[in-house]
Amino acid sequence: MLEYEFMRTAFLAGGVVAIVGGAVGYFLVLRNLAFAGHALSHVGFAGATGSVLLGLTPLWGLVAFTLAAAIAMGWLGTRLRSRDVAVGIILSLALGLGVLFLYLYSTHATQATTILFGNVLGVGLDTLWALLALSVLSLAALAFISRPLLFATLAPELAEAKGVSLRLVSILFLAVVAIAVAEAAQVVGVLLIFALMVGPAAASLRLTSSVSWGIGLAVLLALAETWAGIALAYATDWPASFWIVLSSCIVYFGSAIKRPQRQVDREHTD
Amino acid sequence: MSAHAIALDRVTLARDERVVLSEVSAAIMPGEFVGVFGPNGAGKTTLLQAILGILRPTAGEIRVFGQIPARGFREAGYLPQQRGSATDVRLSGRDFVASAVDGERWGLPFPSRCASAEVDRAIATVEAQALAERPLCELSGGELQRLLLAQALLGRPKLLLLDEPLISLDPHFQQSIVALVKRIQQTEGVTVLFTAHELNPLLGAMDRVLYLARGRAALGSVDEVITAEVLSRLYETPIDVLRVNGRIVVVSAEGVVEADAHRHDEHHA
Repeated sequence: MLEYEFMRTAFLAGGVVAIVGGAVGYFLVLRNLAFAGHALSHVGFAGATGSVLLGLTPLWGLVAFTLAAAIAMGWLGTRLRSRDVAVGIILSLALGLGVLFLYLYSTHATQATTILFGNVLGVGLDTLWALLALSVLSLAALAFISRPLLFATLAPELAEAKGVSLRLVSILFLAVVAIAVAEAAQVVGVLLIFALMVGPAAASLRLTSSVSWGIGLAVLLALAETWAGIALAYATDWPASFWIVLSSCIVYFGSAIKRPQRQVDREHTD
Repeated sequence: MSAHAIALDRVTLARDERVVLSEVSAAIMPGEFVGVFGPNGAGKTTLLQAILGILRPTAGEIRVFGQIPARGFREAGYLPQQRGSATDVRLSGRDFVASAVDGERWGLPFPSRCASAEVDRAIATVEAQALAERPLCELSGGELQRLLLAQALLGRPKLLLLDEPLISLDPHFQQSIVALVKRIQQTEGVTVLFTAHELNPLLGAMDRVLYLARGRAALGSVDEVITAEVLSRLYETPIDVLRVNGRIVVVSAEGVVEADAHRHDEHHA
Protein backbone atom coordinates (compact mmCIF):
# COMPACT_ATOMS: atom_id res chain seq x y z
CA MET A 1 0.00 0.00 0.00
CA LEU A 2 3.01 2.27 0.42
CA GLU A 3 3.43 2.47 -3.34
CA TYR A 4 0.66 5.09 -3.43
CA GLU A 5 1.64 8.64 -2.59
CA PHE A 6 -1.66 9.37 -0.80
CA MET A 7 -0.97 6.42 1.52
CA ARG A 8 2.57 7.58 2.28
CA THR A 9 1.23 11.08 2.98
CA ALA A 10 -1.50 9.62 5.19
CA PHE A 11 0.99 7.59 7.24
CA LEU A 12 3.29 10.60 7.63
CA ALA A 13 0.48 13.02 8.51
CA GLY A 14 -1.07 10.52 10.93
CA GLY A 15 2.31 9.85 12.51
CA VAL A 16 3.13 13.52 13.01
CA VAL A 17 -0.27 14.23 14.52
CA ALA A 18 -0.15 11.13 16.74
CA ILE A 19 3.17 12.16 18.28
CA VAL A 20 1.77 15.57 19.22
CA GLY A 21 -1.57 14.16 20.34
CA GLY A 22 0.06 11.55 22.60
CA ALA A 23 2.50 13.95 24.25
CA VAL A 24 0.04 16.82 24.73
CA GLY A 25 -2.69 14.37 25.72
CA TYR A 26 -0.57 13.03 28.58
CA PHE A 27 -0.63 16.41 30.31
CA LEU A 28 -4.24 17.02 29.25
CA VAL A 29 -5.42 13.85 31.04
CA LEU A 30 -3.11 14.43 34.03
CA ARG A 31 -4.68 17.87 34.47
CA ASN A 32 -8.23 16.45 34.19
CA LEU A 33 -8.82 18.63 31.15
CA ALA A 34 -9.97 15.95 28.71
CA PHE A 35 -13.23 17.78 28.08
CA ALA A 36 -11.44 21.08 27.50
CA GLY A 37 -9.86 19.41 24.46
CA HIS A 38 -13.31 18.31 23.32
CA ALA A 39 -14.69 21.82 23.84
CA LEU A 40 -11.85 23.38 21.85
CA SER A 41 -12.54 21.08 18.93
CA HIS A 42 -16.19 22.20 18.84
CA VAL A 43 -15.09 25.81 18.64
CA GLY A 44 -12.68 24.74 15.92
CA PHE A 45 -15.59 23.48 13.82
CA ALA A 46 -16.87 27.06 13.36
CA GLY A 47 -13.33 28.15 12.48
CA ALA A 48 -12.88 25.37 9.95
CA THR A 49 -16.20 25.94 8.17
CA GLY A 50 -15.69 29.71 8.33
CA SER A 51 -12.40 29.46 6.51
CA VAL A 52 -13.95 27.19 3.89
CA LEU A 53 -16.50 29.95 3.34
CA LEU A 54 -13.69 32.47 2.90
CA GLY A 55 -11.93 30.15 0.49
CA LEU A 56 -9.07 29.27 2.90
CA THR A 57 -7.83 25.89 4.09
CA PRO A 58 -9.93 24.64 7.05
CA LEU A 59 -6.74 23.99 9.05
CA TRP A 60 -5.96 27.70 9.51
CA GLY A 61 -9.48 28.56 10.61
CA LEU A 62 -9.26 25.70 13.08
CA VAL A 63 -5.96 26.93 14.47
CA ALA A 64 -7.20 30.53 14.78
CA PHE A 65 -10.47 29.64 16.53
CA THR A 66 -9.04 26.98 18.87
CA LEU A 67 -6.15 29.26 19.87
CA ALA A 68 -8.48 32.17 20.64
CA ALA A 69 -10.80 29.91 22.64
CA ALA A 70 -7.85 28.33 24.49
CA ILE A 71 -6.48 31.69 25.58
CA ALA A 72 -9.93 32.75 26.78
CA MET A 73 -10.33 29.47 28.69
CA GLY A 74 -6.90 29.79 30.30
CA TRP A 75 -7.58 33.39 31.23
CA LEU A 76 -10.92 32.60 32.85
CA GLY A 77 -9.42 29.53 34.51
CA THR A 78 -11.28 28.13 37.50
CA ARG A 79 -14.11 30.61 37.00
CA LEU A 80 -15.20 28.40 34.10
CA ARG A 81 -15.55 25.29 36.25
CA SER A 82 -18.82 26.30 37.84
CA ARG A 83 -20.25 27.62 34.56
CA ASP A 84 -20.65 24.44 32.57
CA VAL A 85 -24.08 25.52 31.31
CA ALA A 86 -22.71 28.78 29.89
CA VAL A 87 -19.78 26.91 28.35
CA GLY A 88 -22.12 24.32 26.85
CA ILE A 89 -24.30 27.02 25.29
CA ILE A 90 -21.28 28.76 23.77
CA LEU A 91 -20.13 25.41 22.34
CA SER A 92 -23.58 24.90 20.81
CA LEU A 93 -23.32 28.37 19.32
CA ALA A 94 -19.95 27.42 17.80
CA LEU A 95 -21.42 24.30 16.20
CA GLY A 96 -24.46 26.32 15.09
CA LEU A 97 -22.24 28.90 13.41
CA GLY A 98 -20.38 26.05 11.73
CA VAL A 99 -23.67 24.78 10.31
CA LEU A 100 -24.55 28.29 9.09
CA PHE A 101 -21.18 28.69 7.36
CA LEU A 102 -21.62 25.33 5.66
CA TYR A 103 -25.11 26.33 4.51
CA LEU A 104 -23.78 29.61 3.06
CA TYR A 105 -21.11 27.64 1.21
CA SER A 106 -23.48 25.04 -0.12
CA THR A 107 -21.45 23.61 -3.01
CA HIS A 108 -19.31 21.21 -0.96
CA ALA A 109 -21.42 18.94 1.20
CA THR A 110 -18.48 16.56 1.76
CA GLN A 111 -16.53 19.30 3.54
CA ALA A 112 -18.80 18.91 6.56
CA THR A 113 -18.07 15.19 6.96
CA THR A 114 -14.36 15.77 6.48
CA ILE A 115 -14.25 18.46 9.16
CA LEU A 116 -16.44 16.53 11.58
CA PHE A 117 -14.97 13.06 11.14
CA GLY A 118 -11.63 13.61 9.45
CA ASN A 119 -10.20 12.14 6.27
CA VAL A 120 -6.56 11.28 6.74
CA LEU A 121 -6.39 9.56 3.34
CA GLY A 122 -7.30 12.89 1.73
CA VAL A 123 -4.48 14.89 3.27
CA GLY A 124 -2.44 16.68 0.62
CA LEU A 125 1.25 17.55 0.62
CA ASP A 126 0.53 21.20 1.54
CA THR A 127 -1.37 20.10 4.62
CA LEU A 128 1.37 17.61 5.51
CA TRP A 129 3.95 20.40 5.55
CA ALA A 130 1.63 22.62 7.57
CA LEU A 131 1.07 19.80 10.06
CA LEU A 132 4.80 19.22 10.34
CA ALA A 133 5.45 22.91 11.07
CA LEU A 134 2.64 23.09 13.63
CA SER A 135 3.93 19.90 15.30
CA VAL A 136 7.45 21.24 15.66
CA LEU A 137 6.03 24.47 17.08
CA SER A 138 3.69 22.81 19.57
CA LEU A 139 6.22 20.19 20.72
CA ALA A 140 8.86 22.90 21.24
CA ALA A 141 6.36 24.96 23.25
CA LEU A 142 5.37 21.89 25.28
CA ALA A 143 9.02 21.07 26.00
CA PHE A 144 9.57 24.63 27.14
CA ILE A 145 6.65 24.71 29.58
CA SER A 146 6.56 21.06 30.67
CA ARG A 147 8.49 21.38 33.95
CA PRO A 148 6.41 24.17 35.51
CA LEU A 149 3.34 22.56 33.90
CA LEU A 150 3.98 19.28 35.72
CA PHE A 151 4.71 21.11 38.99
CA ALA A 152 1.57 23.26 38.66
CA THR A 153 -0.47 20.15 37.88
CA LEU A 154 0.74 17.95 40.74
CA ALA A 155 1.32 20.56 43.47
CA PRO A 156 -0.43 23.80 42.47
CA GLU A 157 -0.28 25.54 45.87
CA LEU A 158 3.43 24.83 46.29
CA ALA A 159 4.12 25.83 42.69
CA GLU A 160 2.39 29.15 43.27
CA ALA A 161 4.43 29.74 46.41
CA LYS A 162 7.61 29.02 44.44
CA GLY A 163 6.74 31.71 41.94
CA VAL A 164 5.02 29.74 39.15
CA SER A 165 2.20 31.75 37.57
CA LEU A 166 -0.57 29.16 37.41
CA ARG A 167 -2.57 31.30 34.99
CA LEU A 168 0.34 31.82 32.59
CA VAL A 169 1.16 28.10 32.59
CA SER A 170 -2.50 27.28 32.02
CA ILE A 171 -2.86 29.73 29.11
CA LEU A 172 0.35 28.51 27.44
CA PHE A 173 -0.64 24.87 27.86
CA LEU A 174 -4.14 25.40 26.46
CA ALA A 175 -2.58 27.19 23.48
CA VAL A 176 -0.48 24.07 22.86
CA VAL A 177 -3.63 21.94 23.24
CA ALA A 178 -5.39 24.20 20.71
CA ILE A 179 -2.73 23.54 18.07
CA ALA A 180 -2.76 19.81 18.83
CA VAL A 181 -6.56 19.73 18.54
CA ALA A 182 -6.47 21.57 15.20
CA GLU A 183 -3.92 19.04 13.95
CA ALA A 184 -5.76 16.01 15.28
CA ALA A 185 -8.93 17.24 13.57
CA GLN A 186 -7.14 16.74 10.21
CA VAL A 187 -6.87 13.02 10.99
CA VAL A 188 -9.94 12.08 13.02
CA GLY A 189 -12.12 15.20 12.66
CA VAL A 190 -13.37 17.58 15.34
CA LEU A 191 -15.86 15.12 16.82
CA LEU A 192 -13.37 12.31 17.43
CA ILE A 193 -10.52 14.25 19.07
CA PHE A 194 -10.86 12.09 22.18
CA ALA A 195 -9.56 9.07 20.27
CA LEU A 196 -6.19 10.64 19.54
CA MET A 197 -5.65 13.03 22.40
CA VAL A 198 -7.30 11.32 25.35
CA GLY A 199 -7.48 7.57 24.67
CA PRO A 200 -3.73 6.80 24.30
CA ALA A 201 -2.73 9.19 27.11
CA ALA A 202 -5.34 7.87 29.52
CA ALA A 203 -4.27 4.27 28.81
CA SER A 204 -0.62 5.23 29.31
CA LEU A 205 -1.38 6.94 32.63
CA ARG A 206 -2.94 3.69 33.80
CA LEU A 207 -0.03 1.54 32.68
CA THR A 208 3.00 3.61 33.74
CA SER A 209 4.16 5.23 36.95
CA SER A 210 6.82 7.63 35.71
CA VAL A 211 6.49 10.80 33.68
CA SER A 212 9.07 9.88 31.03
CA TRP A 213 7.65 6.38 30.40
CA GLY A 214 4.16 7.82 30.53
CA ILE A 215 4.78 10.37 27.78
CA GLY A 216 6.71 7.80 25.75
CA LEU A 217 4.00 5.17 25.93
CA ALA A 218 1.25 7.71 25.16
CA VAL A 219 3.11 8.68 21.98
CA LEU A 220 3.72 5.04 21.02
CA LEU A 221 0.09 4.07 21.57
CA ALA A 222 -1.17 7.06 19.59
CA LEU A 223 1.22 6.18 16.74
CA ALA A 224 0.28 2.49 16.77
CA GLU A 225 -3.46 3.21 16.87
CA THR A 226 -3.27 5.78 14.07
CA TRP A 227 -1.12 3.66 11.76
CA ALA A 228 -3.19 0.56 12.46
CA GLY A 229 -6.30 2.59 11.64
CA ILE A 230 -4.87 3.82 8.33
CA ALA A 231 -3.70 0.33 7.35
CA LEU A 232 -7.07 -1.20 8.22
CA ALA A 233 -8.82 1.56 6.25
CA TYR A 234 -6.71 0.61 3.21
CA ALA A 235 -7.47 -3.07 3.68
CA THR A 236 -11.21 -2.73 4.29
CA ASP A 237 -12.10 0.55 2.56
CA TRP A 238 -13.91 1.60 5.73
CA PRO A 239 -13.11 5.09 7.13
CA ALA A 240 -9.71 5.41 8.83
CA SER A 241 -11.34 7.48 11.59
CA PHE A 242 -13.52 4.52 12.53
CA TRP A 243 -10.55 2.15 12.83
CA ILE A 244 -8.51 4.70 14.82
CA VAL A 245 -11.36 5.32 17.25
CA LEU A 246 -11.97 1.59 17.59
CA SER A 247 -8.32 0.78 18.35
CA SER A 248 -8.12 3.68 20.80
CA CYS A 249 -11.19 2.34 22.56
CA ILE A 250 -9.85 -1.24 22.69
CA VAL A 251 -6.48 -0.12 24.07
CA TYR A 252 -8.07 2.16 26.67
CA PHE A 253 -10.44 -0.48 28.00
CA GLY A 254 -7.65 -3.06 27.82
CA SER A 255 -5.57 -0.90 30.13
CA ALA A 256 -8.53 -0.52 32.45
CA ILE A 257 -8.98 -4.29 32.76
CA LYS A 258 -5.40 -4.69 33.88
CA ARG A 259 -6.04 -2.70 37.05
CA PRO A 260 -9.68 -2.96 37.96
CA GLN A 261 -9.21 -1.53 41.44
CA ARG A 262 -7.32 1.59 40.69
CA GLN A 263 -7.76 3.48 43.87
CA VAL A 264 -7.66 2.51 47.49
CA ASP A 265 -10.17 4.15 49.73
CA ARG A 266 -8.01 6.78 51.33
CA GLU A 267 -10.53 7.60 54.06
CA HIS A 268 -10.45 4.07 55.40
CA THR A 269 -6.71 3.52 55.46
CA ASP A 270 -6.00 6.34 57.91
CA MET B 1 21.16 41.55 59.43
CA SER B 2 18.75 40.38 62.03
CA ALA B 3 19.57 37.51 64.35
CA HIS B 4 15.96 36.39 64.15
CA ALA B 5 14.67 33.72 61.80
CA ILE B 6 11.37 35.58 61.52
CA ALA B 7 10.71 39.09 62.78
CA LEU B 8 7.20 40.54 62.60
CA ASP B 9 7.11 44.27 63.29
CA ARG B 10 3.57 45.62 63.84
CA VAL B 11 2.33 43.55 60.92
CA THR B 12 -1.23 43.93 59.67
CA LEU B 13 -2.50 41.31 57.26
CA ALA B 14 -5.73 41.54 55.32
CA ARG B 15 -7.47 39.09 53.03
CA ASP B 16 -10.25 40.26 50.72
CA GLU B 17 -10.32 43.66 52.49
CA ARG B 18 -10.88 41.94 55.85
CA VAL B 19 -8.18 42.54 58.45
CA VAL B 20 -7.05 39.12 59.71
CA LEU B 21 -4.11 40.10 61.90
CA SER B 22 -3.66 43.57 63.29
CA GLU B 23 -0.31 45.09 64.36
CA VAL B 24 1.24 41.78 65.37
CA SER B 25 4.83 41.82 66.55
CA ALA B 26 6.79 38.64 67.23
CA ALA B 27 10.31 37.32 66.88
CA ILE B 28 11.21 33.70 66.25
CA MET B 29 14.75 32.47 66.74
CA PRO B 30 16.64 30.27 64.26
CA GLY B 31 16.13 26.57 64.97
CA GLU B 32 12.94 27.06 66.99
CA PHE B 33 9.92 24.78 66.64
CA VAL B 34 6.87 27.00 66.97
CA GLY B 35 3.34 25.61 67.06
CA VAL B 36 0.79 28.03 65.56
CA PHE B 37 -2.74 27.71 66.92
CA GLY B 38 -6.01 29.59 66.91
CA PRO B 39 -9.63 29.20 65.87
CA ASN B 40 -10.73 28.85 62.25
CA GLY B 41 -10.16 32.06 60.34
CA ALA B 42 -7.72 33.40 62.96
CA GLY B 43 -5.10 33.86 60.25
CA LYS B 44 -2.79 30.84 60.54
CA THR B 45 -2.64 30.20 56.80
CA THR B 46 -2.61 33.94 56.07
CA LEU B 47 0.41 34.40 58.35
CA LEU B 48 2.34 31.55 56.66
CA GLN B 49 1.57 32.97 53.23
CA ALA B 50 2.81 36.39 54.34
CA ILE B 51 6.04 34.84 55.63
CA LEU B 52 6.41 33.10 52.24
CA GLY B 53 5.98 36.43 50.49
CA ILE B 54 2.79 35.39 48.65
CA LEU B 55 0.76 37.96 50.60
CA ARG B 56 2.06 41.45 51.38
CA PRO B 57 1.31 43.05 54.75
CA THR B 58 -0.95 46.11 54.54
CA ALA B 59 1.14 47.67 57.30
CA GLY B 60 4.30 46.79 59.22
CA GLU B 61 7.23 44.71 58.08
CA ILE B 62 8.10 41.02 57.93
CA ARG B 63 11.71 39.95 57.79
CA VAL B 64 12.82 36.38 57.28
CA PHE B 65 16.52 35.85 58.00
CA GLY B 66 16.86 39.61 57.62
CA GLN B 67 15.22 39.77 54.17
CA ILE B 68 11.80 40.89 53.08
CA PRO B 69 10.27 37.73 51.59
CA ALA B 70 8.97 37.72 48.03
CA ARG B 71 7.21 35.11 45.90
CA GLY B 72 9.63 32.35 45.00
CA PHE B 73 11.54 32.79 48.28
CA ARG B 74 14.07 29.95 48.44
CA GLU B 75 14.84 29.98 52.17
CA ALA B 76 11.40 28.64 53.04
CA GLY B 77 10.01 25.16 52.49
CA TYR B 78 6.23 25.06 52.39
CA LEU B 79 3.66 22.35 52.96
CA PRO B 80 0.33 23.87 51.86
CA GLN B 81 -2.93 22.94 53.50
CA GLN B 82 -4.86 22.65 50.29
CA ARG B 83 -3.48 19.81 48.28
CA GLY B 84 -3.61 19.41 44.55
CA SER B 85 -6.35 17.21 43.19
CA ALA B 86 -3.96 15.20 41.03
CA THR B 87 -3.06 12.70 43.74
CA ASP B 88 -5.34 9.99 42.35
CA VAL B 89 -2.93 9.07 39.58
CA ARG B 90 -0.60 6.10 39.14
CA LEU B 91 2.50 8.30 39.09
CA SER B 92 5.12 7.13 41.55
CA GLY B 93 5.71 9.00 44.78
CA ARG B 94 9.22 9.73 43.59
CA ASP B 95 8.06 11.45 40.41
CA PHE B 96 5.57 13.43 42.49
CA VAL B 97 8.33 14.71 44.80
CA ALA B 98 10.62 15.31 41.81
CA SER B 99 8.03 17.52 40.08
CA ALA B 100 8.80 20.19 42.71
CA VAL B 101 12.56 20.28 42.20
CA ASP B 102 13.33 23.46 40.24
CA GLY B 103 9.70 23.19 39.09
CA GLU B 104 9.51 26.94 38.62
CA ARG B 105 12.06 26.88 35.80
CA TRP B 106 11.06 26.48 32.17
CA GLY B 107 12.22 23.36 30.40
CA LEU B 108 11.76 19.60 30.29
CA PRO B 109 10.50 17.86 33.45
CA PHE B 110 13.42 15.45 33.71
CA PRO B 111 15.64 16.28 36.70
CA SER B 112 19.40 16.58 36.30
CA ARG B 113 21.65 14.16 38.19
CA CYS B 114 22.16 16.79 40.87
CA ALA B 115 18.42 17.45 41.19
CA SER B 116 17.81 13.71 41.27
CA ALA B 117 20.23 13.34 44.18
CA GLU B 118 18.38 16.12 45.99
CA VAL B 119 15.07 14.29 45.50
CA ASP B 120 16.63 11.10 46.94
CA ARG B 121 17.98 13.04 49.91
CA ALA B 122 14.59 14.63 50.68
CA ILE B 123 12.83 11.27 50.39
CA ALA B 124 15.42 9.64 52.66
CA THR B 125 15.04 12.45 55.22
CA VAL B 126 11.34 11.70 55.61
CA GLU B 127 12.05 7.92 55.50
CA ALA B 128 9.80 7.48 52.49
CA GLN B 129 12.07 5.37 50.25
CA ALA B 130 9.50 2.56 50.12
CA LEU B 131 6.60 4.96 49.52
CA ALA B 132 8.46 6.63 46.68
CA GLU B 133 8.23 3.43 44.63
CA ARG B 134 4.47 3.17 44.98
CA PRO B 135 1.78 4.91 42.90
CA LEU B 136 0.26 8.02 44.48
CA CYS B 137 -3.28 6.70 44.23
CA GLU B 138 -2.41 3.81 46.56
CA LEU B 139 -0.99 5.97 49.36
CA SER B 140 -2.89 6.86 52.50
CA GLY B 141 -3.27 10.43 53.73
CA GLY B 142 -0.42 10.02 56.21
CA GLU B 143 1.88 8.54 53.56
CA LEU B 144 1.05 11.36 51.16
CA GLN B 145 1.84 13.82 53.93
CA ARG B 146 5.37 12.42 54.15
CA LEU B 147 5.90 13.01 50.43
CA LEU B 148 4.56 16.57 50.74
CA LEU B 149 7.05 17.09 53.55
CA ALA B 150 9.81 15.77 51.28
CA GLN B 151 8.75 18.35 48.67
CA ALA B 152 8.98 21.06 51.31
CA LEU B 153 12.53 19.92 52.17
CA LEU B 154 13.87 20.18 48.60
CA GLY B 155 16.70 22.68 48.34
CA ARG B 156 17.47 22.48 52.08
CA PRO B 157 15.38 25.42 53.29
CA LYS B 158 16.32 27.04 56.61
CA LEU B 159 12.67 27.51 57.46
CA LEU B 160 9.79 25.04 57.23
CA LEU B 161 6.25 26.39 57.05
CA LEU B 162 3.86 23.50 57.61
CA ASP B 163 0.17 24.28 57.24
CA GLU B 164 -2.00 21.77 59.09
CA PRO B 165 0.03 18.66 58.33
CA LEU B 166 -2.00 16.70 60.87
CA ILE B 167 -5.40 17.45 59.39
CA SER B 168 -7.56 14.36 58.85
CA LEU B 169 -4.87 12.00 60.13
CA ASP B 170 -5.57 9.56 62.94
CA PRO B 171 -3.54 9.91 66.19
CA HIS B 172 -0.98 7.26 65.22
CA PHE B 173 -0.09 9.04 61.94
CA GLN B 174 -0.19 12.41 63.72
CA GLN B 175 2.44 11.27 66.18
CA SER B 176 4.71 9.90 63.47
CA ILE B 177 4.55 13.16 61.48
CA VAL B 178 5.27 15.27 64.59
CA ALA B 179 8.21 13.02 65.55
CA LEU B 180 9.56 13.23 62.00
CA VAL B 181 9.37 17.04 61.90
CA LYS B 182 10.96 17.23 65.36
CA ARG B 183 13.84 15.04 64.21
CA ILE B 184 14.38 17.15 61.07
CA GLN B 185 14.32 20.33 63.17
CA GLN B 186 16.99 18.93 65.48
CA THR B 187 19.28 17.25 62.96
CA GLU B 188 19.10 19.90 60.22
CA GLY B 189 18.77 22.90 62.53
CA VAL B 190 15.77 24.28 60.64
CA THR B 191 13.21 26.69 62.06
CA VAL B 192 9.71 25.20 62.03
CA LEU B 193 6.32 26.90 62.01
CA PHE B 194 3.69 24.19 62.40
CA THR B 195 0.00 25.12 62.35
CA ALA B 196 -2.51 22.80 63.98
CA HIS B 197 -5.99 22.71 65.45
CA GLU B 198 -4.96 20.83 68.57
CA LEU B 199 -2.22 21.59 71.05
CA ASN B 200 -1.82 18.12 72.45
CA PRO B 201 -0.10 16.27 69.59
CA LEU B 202 2.60 18.97 69.57
CA LEU B 203 3.11 19.35 73.33
CA GLY B 204 6.38 17.43 73.57
CA ALA B 205 7.79 18.70 70.28
CA MET B 206 7.34 22.47 70.16
CA ASP B 207 9.61 25.00 71.82
CA ARG B 208 7.08 27.82 71.82
CA VAL B 209 3.48 28.56 70.96
CA LEU B 210 2.12 31.31 68.70
CA TYR B 211 -1.56 31.70 69.49
CA LEU B 212 -3.73 33.74 67.12
CA ALA B 213 -7.23 34.97 67.90
CA ARG B 214 -9.32 38.03 67.05
CA GLY B 215 -6.54 39.67 65.04
CA ARG B 216 -4.03 39.46 67.88
CA ALA B 217 -1.20 37.10 68.71
CA ALA B 218 0.55 35.77 71.80
CA LEU B 219 3.98 34.14 71.55
CA GLY B 220 5.69 32.28 74.37
CA SER B 221 6.18 28.91 76.00
CA VAL B 222 3.15 26.67 76.50
CA ASP B 223 3.08 27.59 80.19
CA GLU B 224 3.19 31.29 79.39
CA VAL B 225 0.59 31.39 76.62
CA ILE B 226 -1.85 28.58 77.31
CA THR B 227 -3.21 30.12 80.48
CA ALA B 228 -6.66 31.32 81.42
CA GLU B 229 -5.38 34.88 81.66
CA VAL B 230 -3.64 35.15 78.28
CA LEU B 231 -6.30 33.29 76.31
CA SER B 232 -9.15 35.23 77.98
CA ARG B 233 -7.45 38.43 76.91
CA LEU B 234 -6.94 37.16 73.34
CA TYR B 235 -10.48 35.89 72.92
CA GLU B 236 -12.04 38.75 74.94
CA THR B 237 -14.15 36.19 76.73
CA PRO B 238 -13.56 34.11 79.88
CA ILE B 239 -11.47 31.02 79.04
CA ASP B 240 -10.39 28.19 81.32
CA VAL B 241 -7.40 25.96 80.77
CA LEU B 242 -7.61 22.46 82.23
CA ARG B 243 -4.67 20.11 82.49
CA VAL B 244 -5.63 16.47 82.58
CA ASN B 245 -2.99 13.70 82.61
CA GLY B 246 -0.46 15.84 80.77
CA ARG B 247 -3.03 16.95 78.21
CA ILE B 248 -4.48 20.42 77.89
CA VAL B 249 -8.13 21.26 77.34
CA VAL B 250 -9.13 24.86 76.64
CA VAL B 251 -12.76 25.68 77.43
CA SER B 252 -14.84 28.83 77.16
CA ALA B 253 -18.31 29.64 78.41
CA GLU B 254 -19.64 28.42 75.04
CA GLY B 255 -17.82 25.09 75.14
CA VAL B 256 -14.52 23.45 74.29
CA VAL B 257 -12.18 25.72 72.30
CA GLU B 258 -9.20 23.48 72.00
CA ALA B 259 -9.69 19.75 72.18
CA ASP B 260 -9.36 16.65 70.09
CA ALA B 261 -12.21 17.61 67.81
CA HIS B 262 -11.18 17.42 64.16
CA ARG B 263 -12.08 20.41 62.11
CA HIS B 264 -11.37 20.06 58.41
CA ASP B 265 -13.13 23.08 57.15
CA GLU B 266 -10.92 26.06 57.72
CA HIS B 267 -11.89 28.63 55.13
CA HIS B 268 -9.53 30.71 53.17
CA ALA B 269 -9.60 32.36 49.82
